[in-house]
Amino acid sequence: MSSLSTPHLLGIKDLSPEDIGQIFSVADNFKEVINRPIKKVPSLRDITIANLFFENSTRTKLSFELAEKRLSADVINFSSSSSSVSKGETLIDTVNNILAMKVDMVVMRHPKPGAPHFLSRHVDAVIVNAGDGTHEHPTQALLDAYSIRENLGSVSGKKVVIIGDILHSRVALSNIFCLQKIGAEVMVCGPATLIPKHIAELGVQVSHNLREALNWCDVANVLRIQLERQEMAYFPSLREYTMMFGIDKRLLESLKKEITVMHPGPVNRGVEIASDAADSGQSIILKQVENGVAVRMAVLYLLAGKIERKG
Amino acid sequence: MKPVQILDSAQIDITLTRLCHELIENHGDFSSAAIVGLQPRGIYPAQRITERLKKMTGVDHIRHGALDITFHRDDFRRKAEPPVPGETRLDFEIEGLNVVLVDDVLFTGRTIRAGLDALLAFGRPERVELLAFIDRRFSRHLPVQPDYTGRAVDSISTERVAVDWVETEGADRVTLYSVAD
Repeated sequence: MSSLSTPHLLGIKDLSPEDIGQIFSVADNFKEVINRPIKKVPSLRDITIANLFFENSTRTKLSFELAEKRLSADVINFSSSSSSVSKGETLIDTVNNILAMKVDMVVMRHPKPGAPHFLSRHVDAVIVNAGDGTHEHPTQALLDAYSIRENLGSVSGKKVVIIGDILHSRVALSNIFCLQKIGAEVMVCGPATLIPKHIAELGVQVSHNLREALNWCDVANVLRIQLERQEMAYFPSLREYTMMFGIDKRLLESLKKEITVMHPGPVNRGVEIASDAADSGQSIILKQVENGVAVRMAVLYLLAGKIERKG
Repeated sequence: MKPVQILDSAQIDITLTRLCHELIENHGDFSSAAIVGLQPRGIYPAQRITERLKKMTGVDHIRHGALDITFHRDDFRRKAEPPVPGETRLDFEIEGLNVVLVDDVLFTGRTIRAGLDALLAFGRPERVELLAFIDRRFSRHLPVQPDYTGRAVDSISTERVAVDWVETEGADRVTLYSVAD
């Protein structure tokens, strides 16, 4: 087995299709591990990982932390609300201070796009991007594609529509890169104000008609409206958004075929997706969460394998 | 050194039969035993032995599984490439069972050490035994000894033992060869 072609996981953009295939195959093994009575292996017992979250996160942070602990790594956590960042320290200083405590890997979420890329050029640690602003969220895209592969057998040749706030979504961009690299067709669907102007240049189709998009696809990945990132009104009201782009059971049942429904969370029930659709048999939302731990274990394991052993 | 064939197909057959007799002597009808092959190469002798035991004892169900030890190895990050994991398949509870771990070649003992750790992640067996199809004596790094040995081979450190199976190499044979030249 060859190792990953990159020393960090900054974005899906840097990964080759072979890298993605390798991550999936190792994730299969970890999925078996996390279903054992003792869900822990000793692979990373001499690795220390810092989780630096400069932006709020529940699911991703817990998922990474669990993945790290199940690999036996030592874990330290840091969130910006309780840190010296608010006292004026620069990002490089903050991270170098943490690395001085002998940390090998940094998992970072940051509100600024490109922050992990910047960090990877200036500090001596393996960097894993856990979301940088509106740019990329590579592990989410990997676990989404992994869940499609698990549910439908493969990703290649499948049609996936990403619905909602594409403009503010790092999940959308990473998903587009990831799905295209492994051979899926991608469409984005949402109100014109929430779809970036030149997104078609990435080779994705654009639709503003939800029913049409759902009838085209095998998988619908529904995104949350990121009100916290919207500095102006992109649509008249949430109620109008729900009427135009919300998914419910009745809509799913009126389609020509049964599609798979995904959501990266957190779900705003009753806005982008109704409870009867989110909890239906077509939804794999909770499987995505389970797969998230296995996929993150695979990423950390493969990247840690490249860290030089001291002593 | 030219490769030397230690066992041919007929001899391997005899050895497997003898190992089965020894296992039956200790485990009877295998009602509280399980045969577990270590990935990647111990799964072939484990499979053969299980099939043969079924024929010899007339018992149609003998617990049989495969165990991958990759994540329990002690050489992670000491090799250029991360090791490739194989499939783990243990579709029974090992709690309270007599587990026979099977590997093709016992050399340093490190694989078995990792195998014991991996096995114990599934529960607490009553007893664990080791069956080594080939035991390379005098090369141990850890205090590990087999309970059942197919053939003991004395070799120097620059030599390797290759165990080929019909399933993977197209023929059953055991060969000793040198890696020095």
